[in-house]
Amino acid sequence: MDPILIFKLVLVFVLFAVSLGIAAYSTYAERKIAGFMQDRLGPNRAGPFGLLQPLADGVKMFMKEDIIPETSNRFLFIAGPAITMITALMTSAVIPWGPEITINDVKVPLQVADINIGVLYVLGVVSLGVYGIMIGGWASNNKYSLLGAVRASSQMISYELAMGMSIIAIVMSSSSLSLGDIVAGQSGWGGMHWNIFIQPLGCLIFIICAFAECNRTPFDLPESETELVGGYHTEYSSMKLGFYLFAEYVNMFISSAMISCLYFGGYNFPGMEAVQGNMGEIPFALICFVVLFAKILFFVFFFMWIRWTIPRFRFDQLMNLGWKVLFPLAILNVLITGAVIIFF
Amino acid sequence: MQSLTNRSKVVSNKHLSLAERLYLPAIFGGLRITFKHMFKKKATISYPEEQRDHGRLYRGQHVLKRDEQGRENCTACGLCAVACPAEAITMVAGERKKGEEHLYREEKYAIEYNINMLRCIFCGLCEEACPKDAIYLTDRIAESNYQRGQFIFTKDKLVEGIDKSDRIDVSDRRKAVRKGAM
Ligand code: SF4
Ligand code: SF4
Repeated sequence: MDPILIFKLVLVFVLFAVSLGIAAYSTYAERKIAGFMQDRLGPNRAGPFGLLQPLADGVKMFMKEDIIPETSNRFLFIAGPAITMITALMTSAVIPWGPEITINDVKVPLQVADINIGVLYVLGVVSLGVYGIMIGGWASNNKYSLLGAVRASSQMISYELAMGMSIIAIVMSSSSLSLGDIVAGQSGWGGMHWNIFIQPLGCLIFIICAFAECNRTPFDLPESETELVGGYHTEYSSMKLGFYLFAEYVNMFISSAMISCLYFGGYNFPGMEAVQGNMGEIPFALICFVVLFAKILFFVFFFMWIRWTIPRFRFDQLMNLGWKVLFPLAILNVLITGAVIIFF
Repeated sequence: MQSLTNRSKVVSNKHLSLAERLYLPAIFGGLRITFKHMFKKKATISYPEEQRDHGRLYRGQHVLKRDEQGRENCTACGLCAVACPAEAITMVAGERKKGEEHLYREEKYAIEYNINMLRCIFCGLCEEACPKDAIYLTDRIAESNYQRGQFIFTKDKLVEGIDKSDRIDVSDRRKAVRKGAM
C-alpha cells in the first residue's frame, strides 16, 4: 500500500485516540481544577491522585440502566448523541499538527487532510454540531429538553455569525482558506508572527464565540442545571448521556486546537528556525507537535479556568452580546482588515 | 439623618463607565482571584487518612463505661433514653444472675443497649441524664457505613474494654458534664 496512505491512516487513529484520551482526562482535570479553585482537593480516590477517575466514570456510565422514554422518537433519540460525537471528532481532520515531513521523497504535512477550504470545512462541521443537540432535545419529548435544545440552537446560530466574520478577517490577512497555509504563514518574525498580534480584536471575538459554540460557561444556558434540570440531555441516561458530556470535552479540545492554530501560531514557536537547523526532520516535527499541544492544553485549562470564575449569562444578555456587540465588532474588524490590506 | 454608626455607605446609582461596561477588566480580575486560589492551602483534608484535631470536649461516638473492677456501670434505668431528644437510644433490661457480679455493677443491667447513630445528634443530654456515670461521649468519630443497619451501634461497639489499656479516657468530659458546661 502507498506509504503516504498508511501514514495518514495511522495519523487518523492516533488523532482519534488522542482526542478521546484528552477528552477523558479533561473531565478529570476539570474536576481537579474546580476543586483547586474552590480550595478543595478534588477527586483523589481512584488510583494515585485519582488518575483512574475517568475510567471509573466510564465504567459507571456503561453500567447504568439505559432508558429510552416511551414517548420519545426512538430513532432520533439514539441518533442525537451519535451525531454530536461524530461532528465533535470530525473537525480534527484539518488541523495541522506539525510541519511537513518527507516520506519516500514526498513532502507530507502532519495533517489528515490539507483541504484548501479547511476553514470552511471547520465552520460547516461546527454548524452540524447543533443538529445533535437539537435532535436529541426534540426527540426526548420533554419540555426542559426542548427548551435546552432551542436555546442551544439559537445560541449557536447567533455566535456562528460573529465567529465566521472573525475567521474571514483571518482569511483576508493570510490570503488562504487552508488551515495548513494559515499556520505556516505565522512562522515569520522568528516564529512569533502570530495572528493574535495582527488581529487582537478578531482573536477576542473568536475565543468568546468558541466558548459559546462549546456551550461552556458563561454560555452554558442549553444545559444550565439550575434552570433546565439538564437541558437537552435531561432524558438521557447511561452512555448516551456519557456521549453528550464527552462530546463537550472533545469540542473543547478541538476548539482549543483551532484557537491555537488560527491565532496563536499553531506549532510555530520563537526560535524555531535555529532548532530546525540543528536537528533532523522527525525530531523537529515532534517538538512542533509538543509545542502545539502545550498551547492546546493551555486553552483547555483556560476554558476550565473561565468556567470556575464567571457566572452564567441571562438569555437576553447572551443574545445582546451576540447580536449587538460581537457581530458589529466582527464586521468592523473585517472592514479595518480590508482597509489595511488595500491602503498599506 | 445622623447615622448611629459610621459604617453606612451611600449607594450610588451611577451608570457603568466604559471600562466597566467592557467587562473584560472585571473578568481578568476574577481570573486572577481564582488562579490565586489554586495555590492556596486547601480547606479540605483527605479524611480518614488525615484527621483534624478536635477539642478535648468534642462530642463524638459514645462509650459505655466500666468501673475500676471492670464491671459495667449501666443499670438500664432508661433515663438516657428518656432524655434523648432524638430518641436514638433503646435498651432491654435484665436481672443480674448469680456469678455475674464481676460483670455488672448493679443488680439490673442492660442486656441490649443500642444507639442509632443516624438519629443521634450528639447533644450530650444522655450523659447528663445518667445517674450511674455510665455513658459518655468521646472524641472518636462514629464511622460511616454503606448500610443503615450498621449504624445501630450495639453493646459490642459501645462498651469499653476490660483491660486497663482498652479503657477510654473521659475525664475531661466528665468534668465538663459535672460542671454543667457540656
Ligand atoms: S447524644 Fe443526644 S441524641 Fe445522641 S444519644 Fe445522647 S441524648 Fe440522644
Ligand atoms: S446509660 Fe445511664 S442513664 Fe442510660 S440506662 Fe444506663 S445507667 Fe441509665
